[in-house]
Amino acid sequence: MTALSLKNLDISYGDVQITHDVNLDIADGESFALVGESGSGKSTVLKAIAGLAPEWTGEITVLGWPRGHGIDRAFSRQCQMVFQDPYGSLHPRKTVDATLGEALTIHGIGDRNARIEEVMTSVGLDRKFRFRFPHQLSGGQRQRVAIARALMLKPKVLLLDEPTSALDVSVQAEILNLLKRLRREQNLTFLMVTHNLAVVSFLCDRLAVMRQGRIVEVGDVADLKRGDLKDPYSRELMQISAAHAN
Amino acid sequence: MSNLLEVENLRVTFPTPRGDLEVVRGISFTLGRERLGIVGESGSGKSMTGRSILQLIRAPGRVTADKLVFDGVDLLKQSERQMRAIRGARISMVMQDPKFSLNPVMTIGEQIAEALLTHQKLPRREVNARVLTMLESVRIADPERVAKLYPHEVSGGMGQRVMIAMMLIPEPDLLIADEPTSALDVSVQAQVLDIIDELVKRKGMGLIFISHDLNLVSSYCDRILVMNTGEVVEECKAGELMAAKHPYTRGLIASIPRLDETRDELPVLDRSAWAKA
Repeated sequence: MTALSLKNLDISYGDVQITHDVNLDIADGESFALVGESGSGKSTVLKAIAGLAPEWTGEITVLGWPRGHGIDRAFSRQCQMVFQDPYGSLHPRKTVDATLGEALTIHGIGDRNARIEEVMTSVGLDRKFRFRFPHQLSGGQRQRVAIARALMLKPKVLLLDEPTSALDVSVQAEILNLLKRLRREQNLTFLMVTHNLAVVSFLCDRLAVMRQGRIVEVGDVADLKRGDLKDPYSRELMQISAAHAN
Repeated sequence: MSNLLEVENLRVTFPTPRGDLEVVRGISFTLGRERLGIVGESGSGKSMTGRSILQLIRAPGRVTADKLVFDGVDLLKQSERQMRAIRGARISMVMQDPKFSLNPVMTIGEQIAEALLTHQKLPRREVNARVLTMLESVRIADPERVAKLYPHEVSGGMGQRVMIAMMLIPEPDLLIADEPTSALDVSVQAQVLDIIDELVKRKGMGLIFISHDLNLVSSYCDRILVMNTGEVVEECKAGELMAAKHPYTRGLIASIPRLDETRDELPVLDRSAWAKA
């Protein structure tokens, strides 16, 4: 079954068209990466799916349900987003408890206490952090809160926008392990945006390379590991990453 | 080789309600006209080390050292006025994020000229010519147009190159680059580092390259200091980083995912093992 499908997706900000004719099919339970440099439109695709960039034409379908242009609660329960910068994405004056509980209030879900505790345990946050503010947490702990927030409504699809690029390498390893475990335990589908091909290699099954708003290649991560991507631009990205990793 | 910079037992302390907090705890190193990398995680004190060399740590922070000598000048004994003559002209620093470090209400050309005019009196025409040459040497294709732009009108990579131009135009002897590329894309990163590398080599400057990225540091430096909780835990040649001995360094290296990753789980640092709070 297809978890997330994009058809002829054109996204604009005002007069500027950001993406051109993006088509993707992501299977249920798959982990898919969208790579490319800044300005290639990869984050914009995630924003359009999450409803943060409403000026689009084409089709966005999640688990068989087409998405409209407005706020869609049923959709939010299926699909949630984790943002890049845990220093910017959490409300500074809300405790972890309030951040996590907000989704439950909006969706009129009870059993608040148990659900918050359950989610905190699953992302590996000790319960002593429940009534702390973001500034009292480290970067890694904040990103755990951001992931917990996304998991509150028990979605099937997670949109990850560079979830580890603001973190130290050792903390990045912790968060990557966490994401991998959560996907296995809760059978999640990931769509991850990143420019770090090594992270793709660790976490994903397939990847699409984007450039200037278009998808230039869709390939298997196995191809990436063997250095077998075909498009010249993908190869260029691969070479840069390889040179960095020595 | 004579030493450009000698640091002995450098300590940086900040007072807190619970007593003094030492963020750099007695580190020592020397630097010739070479490229030294300082790596470590957030909070390891690597940026504070860079800032303390330029005496950029403000009260209530305190910097003490047995020796902090740059080219025969004792930096700890300099007055604020004397330090201003050193900053920029002799030692300069490239900051992390061009978005926050460039002046948003001055054009790029004016800002670069200001860096030069602060330290020497030159006729207007010569200043302009040097600004344009400098922009060219950081590989900006159309320097005359770019000099008239404001920082918000250029991309991050270009902004960072502008900052490098600004820092190098007074021809300093030592460049401190504090995470010069972490706000940039991978593809632009290599470009910016190549520029720094080329200019440092050509002018025979010393470089202190501060970063959390082990791979990056090992490919652009001659020598590496690994810092953790304010101390240097390991010093080695860049080429020998992969053979590092200290468990902290080894842990850091192991936790980086690889392009041909086969491990199912990444090893995670056990901080309790060597971090003495």
